[in-house]
Amino acid sequence: MNGVEVLRFALRGLAANKMRSALTMLGILIGVAAVILLVAIGEGSSQQIQQNIQRLGANSLTITPSTSGGGGGPGGFARAAGGGGGRDGGQAGRQNTGPRVQARDLTVDDARALADPANAPSVKSVSPVVTAQAQSAAYEGASHSISQLVGTYPSYFEASNKPVAKGSYFYNDDVLAARKVVVIGQTVAENLFGAVDPLGKQITVSGVPFTVVGVLKETGSSGFQDADDVAIAPLPAVQQSLTGFGPLGQILVQAKSAEAVDAAQAEVTEVLDQRHGITGSASADYRILNQATLQETVSAATGTFTVLLGAVAAISLLVGGIGITNIMLVTVTERTREIGIRKAIGAPKGAILGQFLAEATMLSLVGGLLGVLIAVAGAQFTIAGVRPVIVPTSIALALGVSVVIGLFFGSYPANRAAGLRPIEALRFE
Amino acid sequence: MRPDPPVLDLSNVTKVYGEGETAVRALRGVSLRVERGDYVAIMGASGSGKSTLMNIVGCLDVPTGGTYHLDGTDVGGLDERRLAIVRNRKIGFVFQSFNLIPRMSALANVELPLAYGGVRAAERRRRALAALDRVGLAERVHHQPNELSGGQQQRVAVARALVTAPTLLLADEPTGALDSKSSEDVMNIFDRLSASGRTLVVITHEEEVAAHAKRIVRLVDGRIVEDVRVAPAGGPPPRLAEVAS
Ligand SMILES: Nc1ncnc2c1ncn2[C@@H]1O[C@H](COP(=O)(O)OP(=O)(O)OP(=O)(O)O)[C@@H](O)[C@H]1O
Ligand SMILES: [Mg+2]
Repeated sequence: MNGVEVLRFALRGLAANKMRSALTMLGILIGVAAVILLVAIGEGSSQQIQQNIQRLGANSLTITPSTSGGGGGPGGFARAAGGGGGRDGGQAGRQNTGPRVQARDLTVDDARALADPANAPSVKSVSPVVTAQAQSAAYEGASHSISQLVGTYPSYFEASNKPVAKGSYFYNDDVLAARKVVVIGQTVAENLFGAVDPLGKQITVSGVPFTVVGVLKETGSSGFQDADDVAIAPLPAVQQSLTGFGPLGQILVQAKSAEAVDAAQAEVTEVLDQRHGITGSASADYRILNQATLQETVSAATGTFTVLLGAVAAISLLVGGIGITNIMLVTVTERTREIGIRKAIGAPKGAILGQFLAEATMLSLVGGLLGVLIAVAGAQFTIAGVRPVIVPTSIALALGVSVVIGLFFGSYPANRAAGLRPIEALRFE
Repeated sequence: MRPDPPVLDLSNVTKVYGEGETAVRALRGVSLRVERGDYVAIMGASGSGKSTLMNIVGCLDVPTGGTYHLDGTDVGGLDERRLAIVRNRKIGFVFQSFNLIPRMSALANVELPLAYGGVRAAERRRRALAALDRVGLAERVHHQPNELSGGQQQRVAVARALVTAPTLLLADEPTGALDSKSSEDVMNIFDRLSASGRTLVVITHEEEVAAHAKRIVRLVDGRIVEDVRVAPAGGPPPRLAEVAS
């Protein structure tokens, strides 16, 4: 009685009741597929979020004005007019948490102070940013609404991780001279120019002519916002023609290295607190977004999310396992006489045990393998806006668990079958 | 040199089913020796304990009291693993209700004890085919039990019982579910087995069947009340002897 023989008996046992075997496998199949697929969706969305965060730029700190600190500053109406950095509606929702301090807006002078190596030695570059939203641009009849027009300094390109694919950046000269040059994103280039080379062409943005000097590298769509639907121009040019010389929407600070990010944040805080007169318990009128901390926080959250999804799926795997026990118990009961006959002609306990264990394991293994196939096939599709990313260990784990389930849940009925006394089994009706 | 031990040596075997008020004393002290080559018929009224005795002899059940030696070994002292080997190698059991495994061909059914005995596939097939040929079913080897008549099923069961060349062939009312023609077939097979030196113990109700045996044992209420030798244990069975003379 060798292994192959035991497997043959098991296979014959399963084939004798095809419908039942198939349904039992389905339970395991769904469990395994759910585990793999849900973990893949968790992983996929986690990676997507991480990518979006990375797009903010490496080692960067984003400083935005905060509405929760300070009191009625003069910046509100200017921001409303200029659409400063997407922070609209801030006026109505302003709350005071600390003692009333005159809230100040972020200014180019703030940016200059941060760029001073004496004040902030860990800072590599500082880019003041104004943003004009939904600007209509036109080129020879074609028109397109640019969702974000950014006015800034050349250091912005590196700090915000926006490399140029064609043409070039603009330079400090362009900023000083307030030249109307612009670097456009892929979406803008496609919508305005189609197949035409945009370099050197003149587009009008809200009636103001800008010369295209470069096209950004495509970053791919980031969820709900098209990161390629942007245009970047020198700060004074945008202020002059579109937003006015009001407050900044944000200041983008790049630290010298990944290790220097926290030091840079401390320095920036100190400089801004001093300039804005924030002391003691007063809450700041600006907010610093640290990309590294954000990434950690988010990855912890998405990790929890993935584990939760996996846990829900694991429960369905367990239910599938109970299905196996149930069917094996029925099988053993149904075949008690057969077990009696086998024992009467001299089947050793091990052979009976092996046969039923092999049946249970085969059910779970075949169900599990089919589940893996279906999960892998399902992962090729985008599910709920997320491209699932299969985690190889989840396959190994789900398959391993399904086999263990077969062995574990099959061993009780199998043991019961093998332990029967031949005469008891033969008399069983 | 010591003579061969008896194939079967029961001494004062008792069997009680259940306990207390409802206890049934199915065997009340049975002592029986069967020499090699003998052909014993066990007779008795319904409920006299024949099947109980047979199940103990076939190692399917354990006695409540007494000792049982099979081929010189004390079966009572064997563990489950050794008992399985004894059932496989030393005993061939034929049941009244055939007890073939459904959805398995006659050949596979006959091969099964060899498979459990660890015989290799080719050898197993050869021996199973030979056994089926001996019971006259060479034509029907690939049929499943539900495609065979009762008589044919019982002959497959006989083939399965003798394929391992057991020391002892046991049959509990092998013709109980068969018509007279099929019964004749089965009994003829038993006669030939006996003539070739095999040891047989057969339970039966029918005098006609018992007439094939060399020795007839009668049970009443769990006791042996009569033990008659019809023909010598070493010689041919009476029916074959008649034909020969
Ligand atoms: N599993 C059991 N539990 C309780 N009592 C039993 C059991 N098996 C048999 N008996 C009792 O033991 C006695 C002997 O039964 P047994 O089956 O040995 O009779 P038998 O001689 O084979 O009868 P038959 O000719 O009808 O087959 C009977 O009284 C029966 O009721
Ligand atoms: Mg009986």
